[in-house]
Amino acid sequence: MNRGTLLLFAVAVLIGLPLIVVALSLLNPQWDTLQHLWQTVIPEYIGHSVILLFAVGTGVTLLGVSTAWCISQYDFPGWRWLSWALLLPLAMPAYITAYTYTSLLDYAGPVQGVIRDIFSVNIGEYWFPQIRSLNGAIFVLCIVLYPYVYLITRSAFMQQSTTAFESAKTLGASSLRSFWKVALPLARPAIATGVTLALMETLADYGTMEYFGVTVFTTGIFRTWYGIGDAQGALQLSALLLVFVIILIMVERYSRRRARFYQQRSATKPPQRRPLSGWRAALASLVCWLPVVLGFVIPATQLLLWSVQKSEIWQQSEFWMLTFNTLWLGLLAALITVTLALWLAYGRRRHPTRPLRAAISLAGMGYAIPGIVIAVGLLSPLAWLDNQIIAISEWVFDFNPGLLFSGTVIALLFAYSVRFLSVSLQTVNSGLEQITPQMDDTARTLGASGKRILWRVHLPLLRSPLLAALILVLVDVMKELPATLVLRPFDFNTLAVRAFEMASDERLADAGPPALMIVAVGLIPVIMLSRALRSKTLKAGE
Amino acid sequence: MRKFHSLLAILAATSATLVSFTSAAAEVNIYSARKEALIKPVLEKFTEETDIEVNLLTGKADALLARLNSEGENTPADLFLTVDAGALHRAVEADAFQAVSSDEINSAVPSHFRSTDNLWFGLSLRARPIFYSPERVNPDELESYLSLADEKWNDRICIRSSNNLYNQSLVAALIEHHGAEKTEEWAEDFVENFARKPVGGDRDQIKGVAFGVCDIAIANTYYFGHMLNSDDAEERSAAEKVKIFWPAQDKQGAHVNVSGIGITKHAKNVDEAQKLIEFLVSEESQKWYAQANYEYPVREGVEWSETLQQWGDFKQDDIEMDILGENNGDAVRLMNRAGWR
Repeated sequence: MNRGTLLLFAVAVLIGLPLIVVALSLLNPQWDTLQHLWQTVIPEYIGHSVILLFAVGTGVTLLGVSTAWCISQYDFPGWRWLSWALLLPLAMPAYITAYTYTSLLDYAGPVQGVIRDIFSVNIGEYWFPQIRSLNGAIFVLCIVLYPYVYLITRSAFMQQSTTAFESAKTLGASSLRSFWKVALPLARPAIATGVTLALMETLADYGTMEYFGVTVFTTGIFRTWYGIGDAQGALQLSALLLVFVIILIMVERYSRRRARFYQQRSATKPPQRRPLSGWRAALASLVCWLPVVLGFVIPATQLLLWSVQKSEIWQQSEFWMLTFNTLWLGLLAALITVTLALWLAYGRRRHPTRPLRAAISLAGMGYAIPGIVIAVGLLSPLAWLDNQIIAISEWVFDFNPGLLFSGTVIALLFAYSVRFLSVSLQTVNSGLEQITPQMDDTARTLGASGKRILWRVHLPLLRSPLLAALILVLVDVMKELPATLVLRPFDFNTLAVRAFEMASDERLADAGPPALMIVAVGLIPVIMLSRALRSKTLKAGE
Repeated sequence: MRKFHSLLAILAATSATLVSFTSAAAEVNIYSARKEALIKPVLEKFTEETDIEVNLLTGKADALLARLNSEGENTPADLFLTVDAGALHRAVEADAFQAVSSDEINSAVPSHFRSTDNLWFGLSLRARPIFYSPERVNPDELESYLSLADEKWNDRICIRSSNNLYNQSLVAALIEHHGAEKTEEWAEDFVENFARKPVGGDRDQIKGVAFGVCDIAIANTYYFGHMLNSDDAEERSAAEKVKIFWPAQDKQGAHVNVSGIGITKHAKNVDEAQKLIEFLVSEESQKWYAQANYEYPVREGVEWSETLQQWGDFKQDDIEMDILGENNGDAVRLMNRAGWR
């Protein structure tokens, strides 16, 4: 390994540090706790996790791929709007969506109230689905997480050569058949990436599961740690969760095993949108409107109604400070994370050695680990480092600089990098995979250096995946809660922290304004992203 | 260039936050599991009266404790504040507190609401009684927590998940009073009586009674207080359909938990920290602190809020708070086995 690769390796391991702490916990097994958990709750955790993975996986694939296909291929009323509106649910923290749907659909909510009035029945005399249940959790996660699949698959569909698709049709295949046999297989790596991201987030979800009373690993981790007071046992449960993540990643790799589809982009025609009319247009509109309405319009309206009740908040300067904090923290974290991801992904492409690949895979697993576990995994190494620095500084300079990492923004940024690296890494990777190795070879034959290839060939081609990665991380950081809660400095709050404090005190109306603000702040980058993607497609079409 | 400017702005903002809490004036730093809105006003009052700056970090008790522990002797935290006895106990186990000797504090806080070695002090009490629907339940049928295992309550009880620390403390207390074996038998039958799988928070259980999903609920009183005084007319009218029953009045009394505070072992501002505790147990702050969240003041002789007075006087379970913490792990294991999710 040369020096550059060594540095790359070191950074990847550093990012994987909290996961190493989790894995190391297995060296000191708490047999007592583990045996007890195994006999009582673990089978249930596994059962629920498996059901969630299958159901949410299926749901986000259906929603994400169908909408991505309609938006990238057809011209129907409102598609321009919908192309970015479909991303909006991304800005909603899952647990906030869960709260809004509960207040709408629960027995005390307006929907069941109207049913009772119309049919003059009482509670218990009619059937109504229980929103706070495993099924409810599946519903909420599907409508919140499908944008990952939509976003990544849409760019894949847009970048696909129409030549391939049209050849299929010329050869007599029907539209449907060409979709199944050509477009879908070509997009498979992108779909797999999106679904994996959605499922990793599913495994890490705590807020929704806790509120809906669904017992899974995350709720079990908290319970074992806080309730039984066994931090080691809790880390070991997290290690068990890691097994799920590893399986997930292996399935993803397997699903794209021979699928390294590089396309000759220069030779392709830009996709021609096919106009739809009549019932076909109506169907396409319905397919695209449904997730927007369910995932954004309904919950956002509820938030808006709550915020109107608490209108005085908008005049408080402190509230705007929260917004400002959230925004710059998110931007900074997104820049750092995406730079890291680009560096790592690029390094792996150029030096695909086994240890480096392993280290980068490790670095990319943080997304499925609950933020709190990452935070705790970071606390001890950071504090150790701090205490060493203080000791040395006191010895040499007789000066105590205080804690430099722990409890500062640096710790937060570190945690965000760990947690969200995989979001940007996967997005950047799926972009890099679209660039043929022959392009590198050609550039190199023409005498371009590695750096020059990156700047002149790759970066321009990677513009849209990089932007997508930036925005995904930005929005994710703005929603992030557990790690922010533990690692933030004194008197430093974000919108998510405020929304959570109010919601966990069951003061939903007070949680409305900060939650709405997360959505509003998240909207701007989402619209920017969509614009950038479109202008790029237009340019390609000129 | 524009990009560069915005980057500069970000960096400036970052360093501003980094530097802002290193100023040299008299200050005291708190790690608090109590939510910002429920403590900040009283801290501001303290600063106004004493000129001591207070820096606050809120979060979940155990996460804050983990941070406190790993920061070790260089921790900036002078005080650690929690909202239940279990977390206080775990802080004691982790050797995170130092003893405080202040007559002023000792005379304000009754001995069973502070640790035996004066490592921590209770600030307010949270009662967890039974709630019932006067339409469908005759209060004469109600008795104690244990009697809720009776068959007649089958399908009639709402209670939240056992992830909730107040349920854990309640079972920890029952273990102490009735023994582990009897409590486990009770839990098995009690779970059978649930009207639905445990979902939602305490307010949801009270609403469950109001809307007829169940006839009985167990919840903390302050949620009920918030509902009765809510801006939302529907929530008020729901709460008005529900009544409080104080259980076990001829036995150990109704279960109460404590929110408490202690000075950290490696506190740098011990004097200021002690001043703050003294301020928090003073009559005036006790009144505000309890009223802000419809809790009971820990100091005797402090006037209760109007809402609390309406619920009437009751016998409190005066179990040592340390025991709640000690039994907490056993309580969770017991609930795991009994199928209380």
